[in-house]
Amino acid sequence: MIRILYFASLREAIGQSAEQLVLPPGVSSVGALYAHLAGRGGAWEALARFKNLRVAVNQKMADMDAAVRDGDEVAFFPPVTGG
Amino acid sequence: MSVSVQQQDFDVGAEIAALTAGRPQIGAVASFVGLVRDANDGAGVSRMELEHYPGMTEKALEDIVAEARTRWDIMDVRVIHRYGPLRPGERIVLVIVAGAHRGEAFAACEFIMDYLKTRAPFWKKEKTAAGERWVEAREADDEAVRRWSS
Repeated sequence: MIRILYFASLREAIGQSAEQLVLPPGVSSVGALYAHLAGRGGAWEALARFKNLRVAVNQKMADMDAAVRDGDEVAFFPPVTGG
Repeated sequence: MSVSVQQQDFDVGAEIAALTAGRPQIGAVASFVGLVRDANDGAGVSRMELEHYPGMTEKALEDIVAEARTRWDIMDVRVIHRYGPLRPGERIVLVIVAGAHRGEAFAACEFIMDYLKTRAPFWKKEKTAAGERWVEAREADDEAVRRWSS
């Protein structure tokens, strides 16, 4: 099981802030997880519409090549705008 | 070094006093305070909502401060970033850097702000006369952070 989080405008577009997912067979990277989620269609197509989507694995900035393992927390969000 | 992510306001003078109390080796304190503006991208802003990623936000700020401390010989750093609802004129962020001399304190303070703008997981949503909108990331912020790696 992994925990997936969505923030800000992406959270609103998808309509939820978090979900639990049993890591599907063959999904072992952020990129593969992203493709799996976007491929579910419906609100999840928002993932593909967002430009420059950022990702964090276990609360550290990561990229699409980063590994995803059971128990991980993966967050998707738009570029940050704090400060 | 301490980092706080909080809803409540902060007192800049009290924070500087706390950071420097009893430490006469500190000769320079540089600080930055970010405020909510009443206009952005040609529209009046009546209020703002700041969202963040609890847990990651604190770690990201601590990593930025740790990076600054490897680059400059500074003595202490205080970072406070607010979240939740904010109105124009309210304080959003505070960075205080204390060191022996001003040069390193100024540089480290600017570095921390530049990195915070592009690495710390905060998102601003503005309320304008036309409705609510998420603030778009600015290319100028990416440029500002790149100059530190040259």
